[in-house]
Amino acid sequence: MLEISNLTHTYGSGPSAHNALGGIDLNVSEGELVCIVGPSGCGKSTLLRSIAGLLRPTGGQVVLNGAPVAQTPDDLAVVFQDYSRSLFPWMSVADNISLPLRRKGEGRKQRARSAMEALEQVGLAGAADKYPWELSGGMQQRVSIARALAYRPALMLMDEPFGSVDAQTREDLEDLTLRVRGHHNMTILLITHDIDESVYVGDRVVVLSKAPARIVGDLRVDLPGPRDQINTREHPDFVRLRAEVGRLVRGMRTSPASAS
Amino acid sequence: MKHSAPASPKSSGTSPGGSPSGLRGVARAVSRLWLVPVALVLWEIGTRAADTPYFPSPTTIAVKMREMWLNGPASRLWLSDLALENFPPSLARLFAGWALAGVAGIVLGVMLGRSVLLARFVDPLVHFGRAIPPPMLLPLLIPLMSIGTQMQLTTIVFGVIWPVLLNTVDGARYVDRQHMETARVFGLSWGQRLWRVILPSSTPKIFAGLRLSLSLALILMVISELVGSTNGIGFQLRAAERAFDPPALWGAIVVLGLLGYVLNLAFFAIERRVLSWHRAAKQTT
Ligand SMILES: Nc1ncnc2c1ncn2[C@@H]1O[C@H](COP(=O)(O)OP(=O)(O)OP(=O)(O)O)[C@@H](O)[C@H]1O
Ligand SMILES: [Mg+2]
Repeated sequence: MLEISNLTHTYGSGPSAHNALGGIDLNVSEGELVCIVGPSGCGKSTLLRSIAGLLRPTGGQVVLNGAPVAQTPDDLAVVFQDYSRSLFPWMSVADNISLPLRRKGEGRKQRARSAMEALEQVGLAGAADKYPWELSGGMQQRVSIARALAYRPALMLMDEPFGSVDAQTREDLEDLTLRVRGHHNMTILLITHDIDESVYVGDRVVVLSKAPARIVGDLRVDLPGPRDQINTREHPDFVRLRAEVGRLVRGMRTSPASAS
Repeated sequence: MKHSAPASPKSSGTSPGGSPSGLRGVARAVSRLWLVPVALVLWEIGTRAADTPYFPSPTTIAVKMREMWLNGPASRLWLSDLALENFPPSLARLFAGWALAGVAGIVLGVMLGRSVLLARFVDPLVHFGRAIPPPMLLPLLIPLMSIGTQMQLTTIVFGVIWPVLLNTVDGARYVDRQHMETARVFGLSWGQRLWRVILPSSTPKIFAGLRLSLSLALILMVISELVGSTNGIGFQLRAAERAFDPPALWGAIVVLGLLGYVLNLAFFAIERRVLSWHRAAKQTT
């Protein structure tokens, strides 16, 4: 579905230029949930913005369903890292979620119902008529997740989507992501700096190096059965993968047994 | 609190606790308005001492105003024929000019703010036009349009469009990047971007422009009536000057001052409602 080849990006030019992406090659097939981890400031958001067509990379290309991404592709949703600034403060929470749904041909009633449903999923059924600035940071983040969920895109890009919520809610949202992906066959790219989370949620974990970002590891996560916050996390495979990813993020060599 | 209780004996009936909020409201109004009577008294004393016909005392002015404008029947709020002949046309000019300028300023402003190409060509024109003092247009317009409503409206619109235009350009140009990106990602249509993102995001700026324009519109209304008009407050002002009637002249000035004050107050009330999200959002971040 998504083919990224030799993607590079440099911010600015001259002596102050910053090379953020140093040649990324990545293929994602339909329905896959790929987690991207990497040190802070390495270029994760830059990668995501080039996939979303919000940034024209200085080199390489992104191909989505056979067509190179130049403009923002259709049927895409993004949960921005800077969630608070991506909600419109002049609209109620429900309006924020239902505004994009008009494009999907949903009528007014249907849009309201979809928005309510998405809000219930993220545990904010009571906040529909509130305004974004009346909510805490974590609640705003959940609203922006709800907006993306209600939109039901073919490709969903999530940039550290669970960064501002408490541990319990975070686990609920992780499970919600897994469920939604299963129901609607979405392809999801999820950026996180939480190693445990990447292994728990992902079908694959892609590890980026420090800037300029390159892929230093691409691990398939094969965990048995439906995932479960308690049991999955104590499974030996989970523990092994977590250690693996941790080493990669810290820039250590992987043990030869698990190179993919 | 006890010593101030006798100041408002009525409030004790409504709330048994001595109604501190009611008292505070009264105190706030007093603290805000006490200067008005003081100024009036000083004005009265000053004009009586000076005793020149050019500066009539406030009481003289008030008597004159009542005589001119407030001797009608109670059924029409005591307004005299003279008042009804002159106030409504002035207000109509003021609001029509302001509204036209507002709509034109917002439409043009959004276009200039969102189109880099258009802005590059039109910006110099805008700054040229803005630099022309609108009263200077009057002598130019008189041969073009014959004295009358058309000319007055043109003067007002030309004079007050700039704050709205420039503020709207600013507001539309600097919509939060993240908001525009969100609109792009979620495939908002052209109309949705305009009505649901760009315009709401620019309203704080647009309102700042509209408010400036409103006070300018009042000034330009008077100026346009001074030259080419047969009715209106400005016309009366001019007539009083010609007839060497200082109290009437001052009466017109007082009416304009009151009008400006009331308009500003009304505008502020509307702005508070429309921009409640803006005030609240700014407070929390
Ligand atoms: N618009 C920009 N102009 C110049 N440099 C930028 C710009 N945006 C990002 N950068 C730089 O590019 C690098 C990568 O930024 P990016 O936001 O992609 O990192 P990230 O991996 O998402 O970090 P984090 O985990 O903190 O979100 C950073 O060093 C940043 O300073
Ligand atoms: Mg980032």
